[in-house]
Amino acid sequence: METLERVIADHPFFSGLESYYTGLLVGCAANVRFHPGTYIFKEGEEANEFYLLRSGRVALELFAPQHKPIVVETLEDGDILGWSWLLPPYVWKFHAHAVEDTRAISLDGKCLRTKCEQNHDLGYEILKRFAQIMERRLEATRLQLLDVYAIK
Amino acid sequence: MVAESVLATRETSWSEAVAQEADAILAASELGNLIAALVRKGYAVVGPTVRDGAIVYDQIESLQDLPAGWTDEQAPGHYRLKRRDDQALFGYVVGPQSWKKYLHPADVRLWSAERQDGTFRILNNEAKPNAPRAFVGVRACELAAIAIQDRVLLEDRYHDPIYGARRSGVFLIAVQCTQSAPTCFCRSMGTGPAVANGPERATSPADLILTELQGTRGHRFLVRAGSERGAEMLAEVKTTPASDADIHEAQAGVAEAASQQVRSIDNNGIKELLYQNFEHPRWDNVAARCLTCANCTMVCPTCFCTTVEDVSDVTGEHAERWRRWDSCFTQTFSYIHGGSVRTSTKARYRQWMTHKLAAWIDQFGSSGCVGCGRCITWCPVGIDITEEVHALREGGSHGNP
Amino acid sequence: MATAVTTDPMLPRPYLVQAVSKETPDTFTLKLAPEEKANGGSFRPGQFSMLWVFGVGELPISISGNPADHKQLLYTVRSVGQATNALVTQRVGAGVGVRGPYGTGWPMDAARGRDVIVVAGGIGLAPLRPVIYEVLHHREDFGRLVVLYGARSPHDLLYRQELAAWARQRETQVLVTVDYGGMSWRGHVGVVTTLFKYARLKPAQSVAMVCGPEIMMRFVARELISHGLSRNDVYLSMERNMKCAVGFCGHCQYGPHFICKDGPVFPYEKMRPLLEKYEL
Repeated sequence: METLERVIADHPFFSGLESYYTGLLVGCAANVRFHPGTYIFKEGEEANEFYLLRSGRVALELFAPQHKPIVVETLEDGDILGWSWLLPPYVWKFHAHAVEDTRAISLDGKCLRTKCEQNHDLGYEILKRFAQIMERRLEATRLQLLDVYAIK
Repeated sequence: MVAESVLATRETSWSEAVAQEADAILAASELGNLIAALVRKGYAVVGPTVRDGAIVYDQIESLQDLPAGWTDEQAPGHYRLKRRDDQALFGYVVGPQSWKKYLHPADVRLWSAERQDGTFRILNNEAKPNAPRAFVGVRACELAAIAIQDRVLLEDRYHDPIYGARRSGVFLIAVQCTQSAPTCFCRSMGTGPAVANGPERATSPADLILTELQGTRGHRFLVRAGSERGAEMLAEVKTTPASDADIHEAQAGVAEAASQQVRSIDNNGIKELLYQNFEHPRWDNVAARCLTCANCTMVCPTCFCTTVEDVSDVTGEHAERWRRWDSCFTQTFSYIHGGSVRTSTKARYRQWMTHKLAAWIDQFGSSGCVGCGRCITWCPVGIDITEEVHALREGGSHGNP
Repeated sequence: MATAVTTDPMLPRPYLVQAVSKETPDTFTLKLAPEEKANGGSFRPGQFSMLWVFGVGELPISISGNPADHKQLLYTVRSVGQATNALVTQRVGAGVGVRGPYGTGWPMDAARGRDVIVVAGGIGLAPLRPVIYEVLHHREDFGRLVVLYGARSPHDLLYRQELAAWARQRETQVLVTVDYGGMSWRGHVGVVTTLFKYARLKPAQSVAMVCGPEIMMRFVARELISHGLSRNDVYLSMERNMKCAVGFCGHCQYGPHFICKDGPVFPYEKMRPLLEKYEL
């Protein structure tokens, strides 16, 4: 059976991270599973964890008045879910809806923040990886905004 | 004679030009007989004539129709006819029209069709072939322009049958320039003022090459046959052998035309200059002046862009497709669903100039410009393509708006 | 220099509409066969025809059928204006004028023996479908097939049943995404570049063919290069205003290239310096 540490080390998000640091992270980690249709978290709730997705699919949704919920992006195995735990005010900005049977590693946000404050090298490694994810998501979101397929 | 293909004519003409007859002298009055001989042989003769304050091309019947004693005063955005103090028949430079008026006409019906049981039939569009034309007074730059349009419309992947039919059998009588306008720059473009004597320069071969002389030996033309049928036509009129003095007078005249040119384009590295200066500030400078009126493209002898219009009659039973001249300066030239790609004046002027001087080389193996200067003369605000090239080379110079 | 084609290039041939099928609320596929029973359906994947509706106008439309079928031509047309609307509302049996096929096709020869990556955005899947047909029809001649397809929303997806069928072929991966999912869509949501992380690619042995809005092609090409493909192995299908399709009217010029005869398919290596030029 795979150890939690092995799973974390093998996840694309942590690729290249020294085993010393993955060892540090294990203390904040747990295996989780979400049945299809479950809301993993909702907009406005306190953001206390982040997830390394291992299988399944999660839809990020936004609700607006007079609108049905809008899926803005979907995430699958190899992706990470959630970064609002990292930066104040630590509140979720979207709903995360498991549309398929989803397995993930959850990492406790407060636990992680504390470890990052204590060990800035770990903090730097994590922030570097988040910066890259955010940049790619921002590029993709901007492209989505252009609505290139619409007839002008 | 009428049905010979253009390419065959070319090959014959080049070999004839190499093994040419000696130069001869044609009295100015004999030119009228030459025109008459052309008519007798079935040509519709077209040449320069004065109309509406300009020298334009139209059907001519005799010497009387030629612009005797007229010259053109040209400058950026300026054209006036002025009286000469002699009776030179070709004492002008170039007018607003070029021979594309006849070879690549402005409005052509491509075909017509009628509805038939839910589908359609293209109607028999075999127009009666027009009489072949003879062009009188073709300048060296214009021969170069005809050769350029031959390359575009006959010698690429597809063949334009309209141009082909009109081009085939055209009898070309070139007249070498003995004066240049301030707007001329054929010398720097390698297209004139002398008419090319052989295949070393890719111009369209002329059937007859004339140079007008008005020295002490009287008003006459030095004439040389450039093809077999040119020689045949010359045999229909009275000529006398040319002396060395005649030949020297002609050469001096052409040299004088060359020395009068004040404008030039330096074509060294012109492709790189235009391709690499897409964001040069000069484009904003010219865009502030350009009206996108498209005059330059209308008067340019090599501009070939056209558009296609599909029309039908009121009953909807009869449809036609027309081809008309178009210009890259129009708003909708680059339109694709949602909008045009080149909306700004800057983008459109840049497109025209880059295509004419640079992209044309990649597309067709030569510059698209023959240095005739018409675009300079006929631009209402006097934009000068040679000045624009200088400005690009100097890197960021802000000329007078 | 190619030998000049000497028949009148501006004359359309009458083809009869065999069928009109609806793909999405605004997109239809026309099946045309020549009036005279000659083989009038030969084309290479990536080529287009000029389609003429009597008295309305003529448009360039990519051929989106099976290149192995020489008897008829298929065109998937999105109704965006007067002329396209006239095309998609033709009745079975009506005559439509066809000129062509024109243009350079997708690099099927260069792709032989290699993996083929097809990336399509919106109606861009239509000129790429012949590539998929050809690869599946001559399966042994090609390596793996990866199809990445993005559309605006689920009801804008073309060829849904075929997409599912292609996904079931061996050595074939089909990934589909939409920009806007709505509530009943259980698939990917996000722009087509987000599919790359799920695609199983072997960049060194791949040829990529991309078609869609120009912005999308720019981003996708960059993504393919960042995955390790060479700029000469990525091909784009470009589009500009077209009137004659035979290199005479001058409208379709893109830099020094005539899209009608030098394209519409070009290697990314040639396009890269032009794509970043605004208002070219």
